[in-house]
Amino acid sequence: MVVSSGPRQTGGHGDRGASPSHPTAHLDKANITPMSDTAIFQAPGTGGGLLDVFHRRYLLRLLVHKELKARYHGSVLGMLWSYIKPAVQFGVFYFVIGVFFKMNNAVDSYAVYLFSGIIAMNFFSEAFGNATRSITGNWALVKKIYLPRELFPVASVFVSFTHFIPQVLVLLVGCLVTGWHPTVWQLLAGVGGFLVLAVFALGLGLIFGALNVVFRDFENVVDLILMVATWASPVIYTWTAVRDALGDGPLWWLYQCNPLTNVVEIFHWTFWYPTTDGRAPMPTQMPTFVAIAAGVSVVVLGIGQLVFRRFDGRFAQEL
Amino acid sequence: MGQRQLDQDRIRIDRVSKHFTLRHTRAVKEIVVKGLQGRRKELSEQFTALRDVSLTVGEGEAIALLGRNGSGKSTLLKLISGVMGADEGSIAVRGNVAGLIDVGAGFHPDLTGRENIFLNGAILGMSEAKIHQEFDRIVAFSEIEEFIDTEVKFYSSGMFLRLAFAVAVHTDPDIFLVDEILAVGDEPFQHKCLDRIRELRDEGKCLVIVSHDLDMVSRFTDRGVVLDKGRMVHDGPIDEAVALLRRRAEG
Ligand SMILES: Nc1ncnc2c1ncn2[C@@H]1O[C@H](COP(=O)(O)OP(=O)(O)OP(=O)(O)O)[C@@H](O)[C@H]1O
Ligand SMILES: [Mg+2]
Repeated sequence: MVVSSGPRQTGGHGDRGASPSHPTAHLDKANITPMSDTAIFQAPGTGGGLLDVFHRRYLLRLLVHKELKARYHGSVLGMLWSYIKPAVQFGVFYFVIGVFFKMNNAVDSYAVYLFSGIIAMNFFSEAFGNATRSITGNWALVKKIYLPRELFPVASVFVSFTHFIPQVLVLLVGCLVTGWHPTVWQLLAGVGGFLVLAVFALGLGLIFGALNVVFRDFENVVDLILMVATWASPVIYTWTAVRDALGDGPLWWLYQCNPLTNVVEIFHWTFWYPTTDGRAPMPTQMPTFVAIAAGVSVVVLGIGQLVFRRFDGRFAQEL
Repeated sequence: MGQRQLDQDRIRIDRVSKHFTLRHTRAVKEIVVKGLQGRRKELSEQFTALRDVSLTVGEGEAIALLGRNGSGKSTLLKLISGVMGADEGSIAVRGNVAGLIDVGAGFHPDLTGRENIFLNGAILGMSEAKIHQEFDRIVAFSEIEEFIDTEVKFYSSGMFLRLAFAVAVHTDPDIFLVDEILAVGDEPFQHKCLDRIRELRDEGKCLVIVSHDLDMVSRFTDRGVVLDKGRMVHDGPIDEAVALLRRRAEG
C-alpha cells in the first residue's frame, strides 16, 4: 500500500471538458487505472444488517446495560420491579379467573398453567413493544452517527430477556412446589419455544420499528396487537375450549399457526404438564403446529430484516 | 497530469444529489382527502440539499468544506458517514469513518463519565481492548478526572463536551469528519483539540473539516471545497476558497 506523504496536490485536474457540468469533478473515469485495491471501497451505511449486530456484540452489551440502567435509574427497588409486576399480574388473574371463575377446578395446577402462559406473553409484549419504539427512542444516535440500526431492536429483545429470567425463576419455584418432573425433551422444547418467541418478536419489532419512524401511529397499532394477542392464545383458557368453539377446520388451523399460541403451548408442555397427572390432552398435531410456528417466525424475521433495510436509509432524515 | 493512484483515495463522491421531502402534514385525514382528490403533490415538497456533487479525497489529505448556513455541508458529511443515503450518484469510502459531529450524541445522562466513555467508544467503533488501552489518555485529555464517576447529567455543558470530544479524538478511524469543532470548550481546550486534529492529519488520516472559521481552516488545510445552495462552486487551493467566500459575503 502506498502511503502518501503529506497533502496531495489538489484541484487543477485537466480534462475538464469531459463533464462540463462538473467543473471541479475529480472523478475522471478515463484516467482511473483499475487496481485490486478498489475491492475494499464500500458504500457507507450499507452494512450486513443483523450480521453486523453479531460483530458488534460488545456495543450491544453496553446498549443493553444502558437501557437497564436508564430504566431503573432513581428507583429504590430497581430490578425487583421485574418480580413484583408479574407477581401482581398473576395474583389478579389467579383470583379472578382461577378462583372466582373456578378455572382452578377445571385445570390441574391452574396457577402454573396460567403463569407459564403469562411469562411468554410478557416477554413477547415487552420485546415487541420496546423494539417498535427503539429507533424513535434512540433518535439522537440514529440521526447523528452511523451504526447498524438493527442494534436497537435487538437490544430491546435482550433487555426483555433480562426481565424474563426472574419470571422463569418464580415460575420454577411454583413448578417445584407442585411436583415438577420434566423430561429432557420438555426442557429442550422450552428453550426452543423461547427462541421461536424471541425470533418472532424481533422480526415484528424490526418491521414496526422501521414503520414507526415514518408514522408514529404504528406504536399504537402495536399496542392494539399486543392487547389482542394476550387473548388470542390459550393463556388463561385451554386450547380445547377453542377447538370446541371453532371445530377443527380452517379457523382452528389459523388459530394454531400463530407462533404465540404454539409457544404458550410449548411452555405449558415444559412447565405445567410435568406437574399434572398427565391426563390433560395436548393437541395431537402439536409437532406440525410447532414446525409451522418456527417457520413463520423465521420468515417474519426475514421480512423484518428486508423492511428494516428498505427504510434504514431514511431513518436519519425522518426523525 | 498523472494517473490517479486509486489506492490512495479514501473518499469518492460521484455526482451525488440529496433531496429532502418536506411533509406538510402527517394527519391521516388530510393525506386521505388530498390523496383521493389527486392532489398528493400538495402534501409534500421536494428540497434539494445537494446537487450533483463530485469530490475525491485521498489518504493523508485534509480538506475544508465551506459554505453559508444551509449550503449542505453537514448533509454531505452525513452521506459520507452513512447516516443517510444519497438519492442520486454514488459514494464510496475506503476504511472506517468516524466523526466529530455532535460529539455528545452517544452520551447518556444517567450513566457516569466512565460508563459513557465505554459506551461512546464502542459506538464510535472502538473495540473493548482499545477502549481499555486508551482510557487513561481519554480521561487525561478531557481533564475531568475528579468527575469521572459522576453521572454526566451533573456535568457542566463544557465538561460534557470535553469528555465527548476526548473520546471522539481517540478513536482510530481512517477518515475523520469534523463539523464545527470550535463550538467546544474554553480556549485552552480548543487549542488542545486543534493540536490533536493536526496530529491526526500528520498521522496521515483523511480529514474533512467543516467550519465557518476561515482563518483556522486556512491554517489547517491546503484544499478548500465550497458549497453554495447544495452545489459545489469551488474545489481547489484553500486561499482561493476563502477569497471566494469573502468576496461573496461582500456581495
Ligand atoms: N432531515 C432533513 N429534512 C429536511 N431538510 C433537511 C434535513 N436535513 C437538512 N435539511 C436541509 O438541508 C439544507 C442543508 O442543511 P445542512 O445541515 O447540510 O447545512 P450546513 O451547510 O451544514 O449549514 P450550517 O452551516 O448551518 O451547519 C438545509 O436547508 C436544511 O434545512
Ligand atoms: Mg452544519
